[in-house]
Amino acid sequence: MDKPLRVLIAKPGLDGHDRGAKVIVRALRDAGFEVIYTGIRQTPEMIAAAAMQEDVDAVGLSLLSGAHLTLFPAICKELKKKGLKDVLVFGGGIIPDEDVKPLQKAGVDAVFGPGTPLQTIVDYLKGKLAVAR
Amino acid sequence: MPAKTNPSDLVRRVRKGEHAAASRALSIVVDDGKDSEALAKEFFKASGSVQKIGVSGPPGVGKSTLTGRLVGHFRSKKLKVGVLMVDPSSSISGGAFLGDRLRIMEHATDPGVFIRSLASRGMIGGLTYAIFGAIHVLESLGCDKILIETVGTGQDEVEIASVADTVLYVTTPSMGDEIQAMKAGAMEIGDLFVVNKADLAGKDKAIADLKAALGLGHSAGQAVKAWEPPVLATSAKDGDGVPELAAGLEGHWDHLKKSGEGRARLKRQHATELQFWIQRRVIKSALERVTDKNLEELVARKTDPASLGRRLLK
Repeated sequence: MDKPLRVLIAKPGLDGHDRGAKVIVRALRDAGFEVIYTGIRQTPEMIAAAAMQEDVDAVGLSLLSGAHLTLFPAICKELKKKGLKDVLVFGGGIIPDEDVKPLQKAGVDAVFGPGTPLQTIVDYLKGKLAVAR
Repeated sequence: MPAKTNPSDLVRRVRKGEHAAASRALSIVVDDGKDSEALAKEFFKASGSVQKIGVSGPPGVGKSTLTGRLVGHFRSKKLKVGVLMVDPSSSISGGAFLGDRLRIMEHATDPGVFIRSLASRGMIGGLTYAIFGAIHVLESLGCDKILIETVGTGQDEVEIASVADTVLYVTTPSMGDEIQAMKAGAMEIGDLFVVNKADLAGKDKAIADLKAALGLGHSAGQAVKAWEPPVLATSAKDGDGVPELAAGLEGHWDHLKKSGEGRARLKRQHATELQFWIQRRVIKSALERVTDKNLEELVARKTDPASLGRRLLK
């Protein structure tokens, strides 16, 4: 059996709406991933430190507060500072279409909005991470 | 993840205390990847000198939160702490939800703390076959104390006693009466017992029940042991009783060092590490060779489990 892929799911900033993050955690668990969840109200430094110590293949960020243009790039920067250049970063939540481009430029590989089928996210991660290995 | 890592360079960086190197080394050792044996050999050299504390007990009694409190206490003494937290893998998907870490996120950015979540990956007993390899990485990293939190256990998971030096068994005021505490299995392996959630009603009765059950041995004529497991009360939520618990853990460590028990336990740990290695290499690899064709042969009565088993083990 191949070793399971490891994914960190994190909620940065002051947003307690964690249902979406928990649904993603559950979908990934059931798709064979090892999922670490950091809980709510995390700083970029905390998320990057957890990603480093857990040696994850990907970090998924969930945010519904509107602060994604500040927090997502800050997390990407922290990850790079820790030498985690190859970790795949993806995001989700309430994110307007026009914000996707700037986020991608900052290092967020993909953004999944409300209503995205869970299988789409599972397939995306498996596809991307299979190539990375 | 970067594929290029030179093993001797990685070992050197772990010994220097680099968290990123330790994290990578842990993955290689736990995943049984390329170079894992070369690394494990190096890390084994530094093993066996710092206290490994196992934290065990039923699901939801507060093991993770209490572990976080102990990390805080050790950090106040300027000790470097390593934490390994095991959660169950799904027997259906192979995936896992590793949810212990979120209880101790307050230590996330402390450079003196290294935390790693591990999935049980098919091992029954509250741990993972790779646990020793993971421990040896943290020992090489220079941790002064290593905390190992098991999967939430039932009555029968005692493997932690052959992995850790000191076993802390955590329970709560609502885990049943003296009769529960009299059962063999998990209740026999604690070096210290803690009634956590002591802020809830029933703490005093829970402590009395535990003490009464532990004391029955004396009534049955057994001699007083060199170390009698104390029963303590904590409230991990607000930190009450944590300094006393830490003192108790230190007391047990002193006892292990002064008596022959420490060496005896280390030997037992090595026996278990060897057992896990053999289980991984021999049993698991034989099981992985079982094909659907083999099972069809069994259904058709063309062979039998014993003959097939012998063939697979050859």
